[in-house]
Amino acid sequence: MPLPEILLGLLWIGVTAYVLFGGADFGGGVWDLLAGGAERGARQRALVEHSIGPVWEANHVWLIFVIVLAWTGVPSVFAAVASTLYVPLTLTALGIIARGSAFAFRKASTLLWQRRLFGAAFAFSSVVTPFFLGTVAGAIASGRVPPGIAEGDLTASWLNPTSLVSGALAVGTAAYLAAVYLTRDAQRAGDTALAAAFRRRALAAGVVVGGLSALGLAVLRADAPRLFGQLTTGAALPLLVLSVAAGVVSLALLAWTRAYLAVRVTAALAVVGLLWGWGVGQYPHLLPGVTLHEAAATPAVLAATLGALAVGALLLVPSLVWLYATFQRGDAPGEGENGSTPVAPDVRKY
Amino acid sequence: MDVFVADAVNAQNLMAARLQMALSLGWHIIVACLGVGMPAITLIAEWRGHRTGDPHLRLLARRWAKAMGVLFAVGAVSGTILSFEMGLLWPGLMGTYGEVIGLPFALEGIAFFIEAIFLGIYLYAWDRMPPVPHLLSGIPIVVAGVASAFFVVTANAWMQQPTGFDTREGRVTAVEPWAAMFNPATPPQTVHMILAAFMVAGFSMAAVYAVAMLRGRRDRYHRLGFLIPFTVAAVVTPVQIGVGDWAAHFVAENQPVKLAAMEGVFETERAVPLHLGGVAVDGELRYALEIPYGLSLLAHWNPHAEIAGLNEVPAAEHPPVNIVHWAFQIMVGLGFALLALAVWQWWAWWRRRDLPRSPWFLRAAALSGVAAVVALEAGWTVTEVGRQPWIVYGVMRTAEAVNPAPGLVYGFAGVAAVYAVLTVATVYVLRRMAREKPVPVAPQERDVTDYKVV
Repeated sequence: MPLPEILLGLLWIGVTAYVLFGGADFGGGVWDLLAGGAERGARQRALVEHSIGPVWEANHVWLIFVIVLAWTGVPSVFAAVASTLYVPLTLTALGIIARGSAFAFRKASTLLWQRRLFGAAFAFSSVVTPFFLGTVAGAIASGRVPPGIAEGDLTASWLNPTSLVSGALAVGTAAYLAAVYLTRDAQRAGDTALAAAFRRRALAAGVVVGGLSALGLAVLRADAPRLFGQLTTGAALPLLVLSVAAGVVSLALLAWTRAYLAVRVTAALAVVGLLWGWGVGQYPHLLPGVTLHEAAATPAVLAATLGALAVGALLLVPSLVWLYATFQRGDAPGEGENGSTPVAPDVRKY
Repeated sequence: MDVFVADAVNAQNLMAARLQMALSLGWHIIVACLGVGMPAITLIAEWRGHRTGDPHLRLLARRWAKAMGVLFAVGAVSGTILSFEMGLLWPGLMGTYGEVIGLPFALEGIAFFIEAIFLGIYLYAWDRMPPVPHLLSGIPIVVAGVASAFFVVTANAWMQQPTGFDTREGRVTAVEPWAAMFNPATPPQTVHMILAAFMVAGFSMAAVYAVAMLRGRRDRYHRLGFLIPFTVAAVVTPVQIGVGDWAAHFVAENQPVKLAAMEGVFETERAVPLHLGGVAVDGELRYALEIPYGLSLLAHWNPHAEIAGLNEVPAAEHPPVNIVHWAFQIMVGLGFALLALAVWQWWAWWRRRDLPRSPWFLRAAALSGVAAVVALEAGWTVTEVGRQPWIVYGVMRTAEAVNPAPGLVYGFAGVAAVYAVLTVATVYVLRRMAREKPVPVAPQERDVTDYKVV
């Protein structure tokens, strides 16, 4: 496979990992927001905090990984996207600061009013940030980012039907993934009431996401006919079918079984299908009139970067194994309530 | 590209972008320095605590580790923002040269990943692991932290000494990413930065305990809390002075215009004096104290050596002389003041195995943290403002790199507001944490309450 395709594949794997793992973290914040008053929502919040505490920083690595691979691998495309979409991207950046620091501060705070204040900042920015990232995805998918620096419309590029649906879809997907994930986490901790609560939330979020996806297809048909064609009749169709099927199976599993571990897999597949469907549908074009090979960096850069990542993986994999082994120990079912053991579930995201 | 400079909207944009970058990088650099230096100092305390069984050392290690957790979090998010801003503010740079400096950032990503993994183990597995493996799990944090600093600074060094590429018709060709990364400015700049990180961490941590000791808390806990970080900083400082001299020689050889701005030299001359203080007005440096032959001697080891002046390049290519000149003086002055403080401690230790008895020592030490941070910011100002108007020295102007989209000034206002809140909250949370009695490193460690030493 040619180097640009390998790099793009890695970049898209990074996007996928960020949407799945970072998305579930953001969704945790969404449920934190909707958990109710300080007392009523305490158990939900404790589960959320327990679940994302040790891993959210590592999940940032995926975002940085994507940004760095974008400017290294397809520099002109990165510049075009960042300059035209600087409004939603600046808002995303501010949201990321507010979210991460507020979460760390809440963890370090003991007074109720502080935990409320930092918790509110964390929860609010957990909703706002994926929305703006979603509008960015919608802008690129609907071909509203032309090549060149700041050539696109600064507002219409991200305030348009596709972007708005994508933003809502991003928030919904995050909430859905988090609910599915937390259902199993609560079940494993032996808290059946909390598991049932998150199961209801997962079902509701799943239905909303399914509806939004259907709406999104309708909007794409009017707004981005080329991508719509690829998704419904072209190379991306199998991935769209996979996404829909996995989504339906997820809802069925949630509704009639307690196989929450299996739902994690199908829910992830539903999201992956959508994401890779978009990627395959748009390939080989990155921006209107710009193909991957036109935008790709020189072969020496691609080779050096891919080589460095391969060597880096040799260091990363044993580290991950040790991390996994460390937090597996002593993780019996029934333990882990209220953040007493940050064990295996947290390792999932590495 | 004078068209850009002439354009009023773009001039405003450029200033907003530069201020936003200065604010977010200037903020991140402090937290990042603590992130590089604190793990090593914490590990020293933990290691000594394990060897001696001293509960004071073990409590210090716990508390520092907990603060590290918070600082690592704000460092991670403020660093993420910088990677956004590379594109939001400087698309002209990244669109053309992103691929040339991509490699060190990819390597930095790997180092950051390793840091995050081992920080997770170190913080969350404290009571799940025997002491020695736990101690060992901290070592990758130190190594990866230093490596991150190295990789990031190589990218900045490339902007000072761009090598490893050709340009044809506005597109870069024949990129050699390793040559770009290991450019001539890489050795002095990276070493200078990494040592600065240890100075900032050491003096800042020591300053906290110096303040407590001035308030009368002179027990073993506070003495050790002062001595460990201060000793690390006191060992690093003289090395840093030497490395600073190396870095200045490098600038004299390779960025003569920057040196001229640092020293306020307007005309190319031989036997140039060293200027202390002074203000640049109308193309000359006034009111400065002159040390004859000083600059020629320092820069080239020859009292009659020629020093290039700002007159070698057109006025449009002059960096802002007063800012660069004063930033350089502040950095050097504070560096020597910190060296004097370190010597004071060595002297007392050599004579009596104790801290200096004068209260002035503690008063000075209480200010050393702020002094180290100011020196850091001043040094970084010299590096970055001294390079202006170039974003890539001699190759691309900052005005060519900036995002021409209107309204960057609003983005700057938003970022400034968020950083103001972030600063207040960070300081507040750290101060509260320092006083808390049970010291859980992570939330699950509520069982750790049995620290009777404070």
